[in-house]
Amino acid sequence: MSSANDSIKNVIIVALSLCIVCSVIVSAAAVLLKPIQVKNKTLNLKENVLRSAGMLPENATKKEIEQIFDTIIPKIVDLETGEYVEPDVAGYATVGNFDQKKVQSNPATSKALSSSEDIAGIKRRERYAKVYLVTEDGQISRVILPVRGYGLWSTLYGYLTLKGDADTVIGLGFYDHKETPGLGAEVDNPSWKAQWPGKEIYNDNWQPATTLVKGNVNPNSPTAKYSVDSLSGATLTAKGVENLMRYWMGPSGFKTFLEKVRAGEANNV
Amino acid sequence: MSEVSAKKVLLDPIFNNNPIALQILGICSALAVTTSLQLSIVMGLAVIFVCGLSNLSVSLIRKHIPSNIRIIVQMTIIASLVIVVDEVLKAFAYELSKQLSVFVGLIITNCIVLGRAEAFAMQNPPMMSFVDGVGNGAGYAAILLAVALIRELFGAGKLFGVEVMPTVANGGWYEPNGLLLLAPSAFFIIGFLIWGLRAWKTDQVEPADYKMAAHKVKEAF
Repeated sequence: MSSANDSIKNVIIVALSLCIVCSVIVSAAAVLLKPIQVKNKTLNLKENVLRSAGMLPENATKKEIEQIFDTIIPKIVDLETGEYVEPDVAGYATVGNFDQKKVQSNPATSKALSSSEDIAGIKRRERYAKVYLVTEDGQISRVILPVRGYGLWSTLYGYLTLKGDADTVIGLGFYDHKETPGLGAEVDNPSWKAQWPGKEIYNDNWQPATTLVKGNVNPNSPTAKYSVDSLSGATLTAKGVENLMRYWMGPSGFKTFLEKVRAGEANNV
Repeated sequence: MSEVSAKKVLLDPIFNNNPIALQILGICSALAVTTSLQLSIVMGLAVIFVCGLSNLSVSLIRKHIPSNIRIIVQMTIIASLVIVVDEVLKAFAYELSKQLSVFVGLIITNCIVLGRAEAFAMQNPPMMSFVDGVGNGAGYAAILLAVALIRELFGAGKLFGVEVMPTVANGGWYEPNGLLLLAPSAFFIIGFLIWGLRAWKTDQVEPADYKMAAHKVKEAF
């Protein structure tokens, strides 16, 4: 380290050339690996959609996931009217391009929620949501809905799948959250998730009635079909799950759309 | 340091001069990623890669680095390498990179990497610096694996995600210790490891900063 190294000229030369070399390396890595990363991301999303729908075979290969995913129909739903809309209403050319996260943050396609409306802690609610449908003989047999809500540390993003009666749960799964491992992150535990299938969302007055209860659900209780055993040690995460279920199944969520599904008015997929 | 063998440079950081156990560096990520063995291995490999290559590159240009911007030069090199690692993980180990989340990015701020670049690579030839980087990365990885082994086995009853002690929740007999999955447990485990290491290699015990005086004065009755 001679003093010649410390001249201003040398400092600038070293700094500039280092920056150029490093930026070339970093951008090369980013650009070259981008296609593989995008593929991973979409595959991961598809896997989660299928898992919540109970349509993911164990140890499914990439190809199988793609094939099964191709059989389900993505649709854009207007949450205000409960009708299907063309993706261009939300500003997208095709359903495939539809970017749920951008729609959620764009002021033109979402609205801010007041604290009394915002029971799920999501701050903004989008007007358009991308749902997935499975049909049998022209009738909807499975409805896969994106849901999200705040737990203890983070927003939980997941998919909820209902039967064609728009009331009975087929599966619930979260694909993105940052809850405490071993406690809140037990929302990913398969044995906990196994409680959801068969539960009903709405009570006799068609109000969302999902409740996470402490301890085992008493099968003789009249509310047993709406109740799920909470997560011990994760009260706030469980509360978050309950809130998000009630929010998204309620009138500002998918309720209007689900009523149409139930009435058979949404079979025009 | 006079002439030292490459073997010594490579193996010393694992037990004799371990970056976590003796220098107490890199604790943050050691708490965060040691909940499972798989994560720890990936994190360990990432640090070995970054530390080795950053030492190599810093050492290659050490005679041209102006001393007044040397830290920022080292940081730029380290940061670039970390971004490359992060991108590679996202492309080829997507599930793991999701679990490691920010901690791969935080290798940039891992004191071990910068510490070796500044303390070793600035004064030593490239090959030796590379070996030193790999050795220190391996020392870090060794502690990570030891901690993860304990945490995953007793915290979740699993090793590499495979159940070895069936837990009560899955119909077995083992009631997992939830504390082990939380960050504080790693503090305890690292503490015990350091204790064990110093009991074995007594030269690592630091001289006491002060001496306890005998209690002579009776003050209260």
